[in-house]
Amino acid sequence: MMVLRESIIMKIHYGTAIGALFLTVVHILMRLTQDFHESLQYENVIANYENIGYAVLLELLLILISVHGFNGLRVILLEMNQGPTYEKAVTIGCLIGMAALIAYGSRTIIMTSMGMV
Amino acid sequence: MATLHPKLSEERSQTVVSSTKSVKLKIKRSNPNVNSDQQFDDFVVPIEKWTTVLDALLDVKSHLDHSVGIRYSCRQASCGSCGMKINGKPGLACFTKISELNSDTITVEPMDNYPVVRDLAVNMDRMISNHKKVMPYVIREDSEIDAESGIREFLQSPENVDKYIQFSSCIKCGLCNSACPTMAMDKTFVGPQALAQAYRYIADSRDKGKNKRLKVIDESHGIWRCHFAGSCSQVCPKGVDPAMGIQLLRGYLLGIRD
Repeated sequence: MMVLRESIIMKIHYGTAIGALFLTVVHILMRLTQDFHESLQYENVIANYENIGYAVLLELLLILISVHGFNGLRVILLEMNQGPTYEKAVTIGCLIGMAALIAYGSRTIIMTSMGMV
Repeated sequence: MATLHPKLSEERSQTVVSSTKSVKLKIKRSNPNVNSDQQFDDFVVPIEKWTTVLDALLDVKSHLDHSVGIRYSCRQASCGSCGMKINGKPGLACFTKISELNSDTITVEPMDNYPVVRDLAVNMDRMISNHKKVMPYVIREDSEIDAESGIREFLQSPENVDKYIQFSSCIKCGLCNSACPTMAMDKTFVGPQALAQAYRYIADSRDKGKNKRLKVIDESHGIWRCHFAGSCSQVCPKGVDPAMGIQLLRGYLLGIRD
């Protein structure tokens, strides 16, 4: 079933973890550019999305966390039960979940950054 | 729940020894071929300071209940046959002195993560099969038998030997697999015993089968399912450190080791 070798998948898993950690730090540091409560006000959040650099950061963060999280879920589910049909269902389910989350999150980021919200 | 040997339980051993000390040996009894019943039978056995758990079990077999099912052979921690759970921890019965357990009650159970054959004897087919899968032998194209010069040797430096020597002490007792939490969850996990042996041969400078072995362990129920609990290394009676071997193997697969 698996097209990629497990070592490649795990390299992606570790890489996305490091990448997500770095981007999360940047994301949190961005809160420090103004008062924390102020940074979470509706107008400021929308303004953040409309900043193309910040929108790219959020998109990358979304992709990295989705890939890492759904692969982690796949690993947990593979350890809980075994069998070719089950494993195929878990892998496909996680890929669909990951794609759906990225698609929905990207839609939110794109629409907001284009002022459609 | 059926009682397997009601009249023999709680009997006192007739062994003539100088000791005045005795312990209660609680043996987990079951026979899956007959029914799913499990029970603990208690036996009081005399001990000396050198008495091992295996000695006590053989005392029970000789004098109290000959039907206790155990597997043993060398009695000197060389064959790896008498692995069992002793007071909740996997260990070799022949290598565990009762006096060192500091308990008046010794509980012996079959090893976890293996199907029970009867009482303390377990089926080790899964471990042996995984051990075979990692090709536990030196792989290379040429041979030590040379047509021209006769027999030659594949020489190694002491430094080369140091890289794998501790892993060659494995006696295939299966205690590491019994202690492994992933083995308990994942019925197809290759296990610390096989992974440590994969490392033992990959790290051997005479071996040329690294890629073949890495391919075997680099699958969805292979090396990546180890969570580094480290319990395999804690229970090994021969000082092998399978957890370290697994981390070193991961180095090959991540490309940070040659």
